[in-house]
Amino acid sequence: MSTQESSERLELLQGTLDLLILRTLIFGSQHGQGIARAIQQTSEEELLVEHGALYPALQRLEERGWISAKWGVSSNNRKARFYALTAAGRKQLVKETNKWKRLTGAIARILGPEKA
Amino acid sequence: MFRRKRKPSDFTSEIDAHLQLEIERLQEQGLSEEQARATARRSFGNLLQAEEHFYESHRWLGWDHFWQDARYALRMLRNAPGFTAMAILTIALGIGATTAIFSVVDATLLHPLPYPQPEQLVSIRDDFTGVGAQDVGMSQPEWQDLQHSGIFEYVSPTWFDENNLTGLSQPARVRLLIVAPNYFALLGVKPQSGRAFNPEDHSPGLIPEALISDGLWKRAFGSDPHILDHSMRLDTDLYRIVGVMPPGFDAPGRTAEERNVEVWAATSFYGPPMSDHPPRNPRNLPTAIARLKPGLTVAAAQSRVDALVNSLQKQFPGDYPLQSAWTVRLLPLKQRVVGNVRGSLFLLLGAVGLVLLIGCVNIANLQLARASARGREMALRQALGAARTRLSRQLLTESLILSLLGGIAGIAILFCTRNFLLQLVPESLPRLNDISISWSVLVFALGASVLSGVVFGLAPAWHAGRLDLTHMLKVQGRGSTGSGEQARTRRVLVITEFALSLVLMTAATLLLRSFWDLLNVPLGFNPQNVMAVRTRLPDPNDPKADLYGTPAREAPFLREVLRRGRTLPGVEEVALGDTASIPLDESLRNLKLISEGQFLFTLEGDIRNDEPPVAERSSVTPEYFHLLGIPLLRGRLFNGSDNDAAPQVAVINEAFARTFWPDQNALGKRFKRNRPSAPWITVVGVIANARTESLAQSSVPKIYLDLFQTGGKRLAVFLRGHLDTAAIPGEVREQVQSVDPTLPVSGGQTLIETLSASLAERRFSMEMVGLFALTALLLAGLGIYGVISYIVTARTHEIGIRIALGAERSRILQMVLRQGLGLAIAGAAVGLVGAVIVSHLMAGLLYGVRPTDPLTFAGVTILLIGVALLACYLPARRTLRVDPLIALRHE
Repeated sequence: MSTQESSERLELLQGTLDLLILRTLIFGSQHGQGIARAIQQTSEEELLVEHGALYPALQRLEERGWISAKWGVSSNNRKARFYALTAAGRKQLVKETNKWKRLTGAIARILGPEKA
Repeated sequence: MFRRKRKPSDFTSEIDAHLQLEIERLQEQGLSEEQARATARRSFGNLLQAEEHFYESHRWLGWDHFWQDARYALRMLRNAPGFTAMAILTIALGIGATTAIFSVVDATLLHPLPYPQPEQLVSIRDDFTGVGAQDVGMSQPEWQDLQHSGIFEYVSPTWFDENNLTGLSQPARVRLLIVAPNYFALLGVKPQSGRAFNPEDHSPGLIPEALISDGLWKRAFGSDPHILDHSMRLDTDLYRIVGVMPPGFDAPGRTAEERNVEVWAATSFYGPPMSDHPPRNPRNLPTAIARLKPGLTVAAAQSRVDALVNSLQKQFPGDYPLQSAWTVRLLPLKQRVVGNVRGSLFLLLGAVGLVLLIGCVNIANLQLARASARGREMALRQALGAARTRLSRQLLTESLILSLLGGIAGIAILFCTRNFLLQLVPESLPRLNDISISWSVLVFALGASVLSGVVFGLAPAWHAGRLDLTHMLKVQGRGSTGSGEQARTRRVLVITEFALSLVLMTAATLLLRSFWDLLNVPLGFNPQNVMAVRTRLPDPNDPKADLYGTPAREAPFLREVLRRGRTLPGVEEVALGDTASIPLDESLRNLKLISEGQFLFTLEGDIRNDEPPVAERSSVTPEYFHLLGIPLLRGRLFNGSDNDAAPQVAVINEAFARTFWPDQNALGKRFKRNRPSAPWITVVGVIANARTESLAQSSVPKIYLDLFQTGGKRLAVFLRGHLDTAAIPGEVREQVQSVDPTLPVSGGQTLIETLSASLAERRFSMEMVGLFALTALLLAGLGIYGVISYIVTARTHEIGIRIALGAERSRILQMVLRQGLGLAIAGAAVGLVGAVIVSHLMAGLLYGVRPTDPLTFAGVTILLIGVALLACYLPARRTLRVDPLIALRHE
């Protein structure tokens, strides 16, 4: 597959990137490129993550103390900065997830029953 | 929360790593390296934006902005040279003056005494609180009690004395401190050469060893490197010089005289020439200092001393009558040294701080005026997207740069004028030599500058953040009238200035009036055309060697000096007295010299009196009273028949008679000194009160004894007449030394000079506060001038319309003046409240005026309002010349 199809993918809603990053990190620490890959793959290539936007988000989360970072070595022996979820981040994830579920639930109810 | 900042390079390498990982992944999927690189880049998006985002979020920008602001501010300041010069000058004067006063406070009050572990050093003071006698000194057995109490590491009495140093080209009077052998161990100071006394030397009498000061070593011995091989004669006794103290070492003392000790001698205060078994009474050791045992606080030591005093009182009830209530007080040594200048220094620091504050308010005002002129610039920048906070910050930066430049200029001025300024400081100030522009002083100056910058930068910065954009941009022409809010702030600032000035003016006026009252107080004696020259007779340790040991042996010398004195050119009258008889002489007061100072006595008969039996005392020859013009009220003065063989007589002043024999005839009454075998003294005359002891006190009980009956070692020759003040000291020296060539002759002050010296400290505070107050008045005047000028300019258009419509010019003038007057009155009202508080705080420094003296308060208020009216009138006059045609076109 190629990135040529990217224009057909969904753009992320504002504010959801943070939630997705936190969610991705629940499986263990990961570097930026890995996070971007994981989001794209888990969403079955539906979501478009602009890699450039990822880093300011990581920066922000780190400053808020939800994730922590340290330099490490990737599986293919490259130096990379690894991010891990902190306890505060875990709490935040639960909160955000609930919020998101309520929001999508509410929107779903307004939009009417799903067509099979 | 403080978090370590992440370096930009760290961020860049993270992104590099990301790109590398992505390229590898894409290559694995079968892309060529080139394709992979391009794809990775593309999917990353805007690389630069990501980096910029990181940069901004990390406040590196803050620093950049600051530099931007600073460069911009410097440009703006360069473009307004008048304003910049004015502001920098105001701040420079304010910071310079504040820093100067602070350097004095720093050296005297903030720095610890220059001895190791100075917090353990205390001064010991004995009082008889029951009879109101203070600082009565201690006795040798009491010293021993304290020394062995386990409370102190060391205790040393200090006994200030003068001695005649002979054997040099000219006999010299040296200031001598007699101490216990442990004195230098107590202070923790070592001599620069030689050794200190052996602290364990408890041999009787005076130890024939002496340490000398660096000054005496240089002056009297020409910095002789072999000084330690020398001996010197003090009052004919031989002392071996065992050490020279380092330069800058001062004895801990309150006055210059007390600090500038030249020779130290040591004794355990028993054995000849003192008593072999010193009694508990009389108490002849004037004061003592001590070092507490390590770890003991002054309070803890005090409670243990109290317990000791209690048990001693029980043990020796005869020596310590309960009604006299003997107490021993420990005082941190530093408090004793600087205690009496604290009030004045804090007053000065407060006054100069107020001046700085008023200067700041003035600059804030000027800046506000400028800010409204720059309103359009600000509005334009905001319209182009500058954040409000950014504008505020830029103005604040401008203020900070101004204040820092001012601060630097202030320090520079201070640095250049420091030698001149130091001369203004009265010599009596403790630790004068320690005053310097030290690091702590520089830090203070820097802090004061930054603080001033913030103080005068806040108002303009706050207003810049609240500009009404559309309004500003709509206004045509050069400037704008500024918002109503801004005008309000400016008025508040002017009111503040006036309030602060009024406080300062009140303080200055009260001090001036105190000083004036003191200068014009009726002295009760006539100091005009009188000079006092000092000499001193030796007091050798062996009484048999004393040529002047008894009054009878001294009398021929006294008579000869009197006779020779009368032959000097211009001299009309001559009298002799001990140095305690020199009116208002501060130099030796409080020193508790042996046989001088307070005189504790017992009145004959069973007289119940609440007054403590303490009086000032001096010995004089009969001519003294006429020479000083102190009139005799009752009885007689001394005459030739009052000699060594005749019963002792005294002349007392009115205050003594009133205090101790109220409603009785004092003549013929008797009293005696509180000493074993002291003779009864009969009162033969009562003279009028004279302020010879203190200008501030009108009636201090005083006893005069006949010098021919008491003798005296420290003598003053009083001369009245049309004197050549430059020649007289030399002529008196010649005459005295032709009688005895070993006698030192010094001094030679007119009584007017003595009187003026006694006011030196008061004069210093008064002049300083006065100077600050005038500066404050000037600044406040400038402030109100600026505001009214501004109002007039801003309203020229409106005034033009009013005049065109037929308003009388005088009414318009009145309208403007009323505005200024309103501000001044509001300021005065606020200031009066502050002035009442401040004047009560400084009540201790006043003489003759009450802190709430209505005349002072009214006068100062009127003066301030007068200055305000004048400052308003000058710009307001311009309204009279407004040409309505021009005014209407003014825009």
